[in-house]
Amino acid sequence: MSQKVLLASKEMNIILHRLACQLIENHTTFENSVLIGIQPRGAFLANRIYKILKEEYGISQIKMGQLDITFYRDDFRRGEKPLEANKTNINFVVEDKRVIFIDDVLYTGRSIRAALTAIQSFGRPSEIELLTLIDRRFSRHLPIQPDYNGRQVDAVNQEKVKVNWKENEGEDAVYLISKE
Amino acid sequence: MSELSVDHLLGIKYLTKEDIALIFQTADHFKEVINRPIKKVPSLRDITIANLFFENSTRTRLSFELAEKRLSADVVNFSASSSSVTKGETLIDTVNNILSMKVDMVVMRHPNPGAGIFLSRHVNASIINAGDGAHEHPTQALLDCYSIREKLGEIEGKKVVIVGDILHSRVALSNIFALKLLGAQVKVCGPYTLIPKHIRSLGVEVEPNLKNALEWCDVANMLRVQHERMDISYFPSTREYVQLFGLNRQLLDSLNKKIVVMHPGPINRGVEITSDVADSDQAIILDQVQNGVAIRMAVIYLLASKIKQV
Repeated sequence: MSQKVLLASKEMNIILHRLACQLIENHTTFENSVLIGIQPRGAFLANRIYKILKEEYGISQIKMGQLDITFYRDDFRRGEKPLEANKTNINFVVEDKRVIFIDDVLYTGRSIRAALTAIQSFGRPSEIELLTLIDRRFSRHLPIQPDYNGRQVDAVNQEKVKVNWKENEGEDAVYLISKE
Repeated sequence: MSELSVDHLLGIKYLTKEDIALIFQTADHFKEVINRPIKKVPSLRDITIANLFFENSTRTRLSFELAEKRLSADVVNFSASSSSVTKGETLIDTVNNILSMKVDMVVMRHPNPGAGIFLSRHVNASIINAGDGAHEHPTQALLDCYSIREKLGEIEGKKVVIVGDILHSRVALSNIFALKLLGAQVKVCGPYTLIPKHIRSLGVEVEPNLKNALEWCDVANMLRVQHERMDISYFPSTREYVQLFGLNRQLLDSLNKKIVVMHPGPINRGVEITSDVADSDQAIILDQVQNGVAIRMAVIYLLASKIKQV
């Protein structure tokens, strides 16, 4: 197994700030917009973006939630192990809101497909956008593309892209891991 | 995540502590789901479940059916009174006929103890026991323990007294297994005629005096007096039973602490429990019912995830 650094802490920080600024361009005050981190790994990214928007750009009115998509996935009973659920925490109404889905890696697009179904249980958003840190292009199974994207990566299917977060793994970094 | 160690839910005695922890953890997520504006998830779209009720039930059957529907499973219902069972068909034949219509899971209530176990050995489907005679009622025990956990934080070390008709109660037996497994202390309380002879071998104590039992416990689970199962007289009169083993406001207020009052339903108001107790803030009877749906969703989800894709 070998691993290569795709993004180091400094580059990640620049990208996170750029993504936050791109959100501000479109959503200005976030009055009618909500951030939704896709569980489990998207929640870390959502948290970071939330912090940057709040602490560095002074946007105070912003709402954030976490959405778990386990029960909406299309691979139930297809894997060896049962799917592990995570906590969903959305304590506001998404009806007529502009929803921003946030996930760390966009790969096949199936998680986002599940999230699009799952969010409907909380109301009918006026619009849904997608923000990802890493876009593994050319590996999509579904017609889903990010609206805000950190870095495009060309990785073959045997490879894995792993995003580490300071609050969880002790460092900010993105790795490309290949099994050889 | 680990998976359940069993392929069927036949009784608590076949489960491990880890199984119960997994069921509770999954139920937490489903409890959040059933409190959403849209209370349904599509997980079990390709699963068909048959509810076979060879004995009357309202609450359990509704609870199972809601749990199945909220997981998007297809549901077929069957009750013995309107079926070919009355024409002399055997249990295995009945179930195999249903299974040949491509059913993946069977939820069964049956008056004979061990009916679920028997069936699990002879048919090719996941079986959930929804009560077999006076033997086990595992989902009820799971939801009772889940409700205690929710109310008191944990089960380990808690003192639970089960009051009433222990002899005819599958709820009592499953509760004893589950509570002991999770580290609670258990006493049973009731007329000696309604307490099984060898109950102490399960590690529970017998306390014939209700007041003493209530002084000792954190949780009192008041069982229904099952008149329909009593072929002989087990106590002189209902009036005497109420005086000795009925829980009323006065008795509850005379305790020096606030205990949690549970009841598996249906309640005989004024017999095992008076109305003012059943409707008081110490009773968690309706929480039990709500948790029942979440627990059954968790059990069905976890068992269904073990059914292999063909």
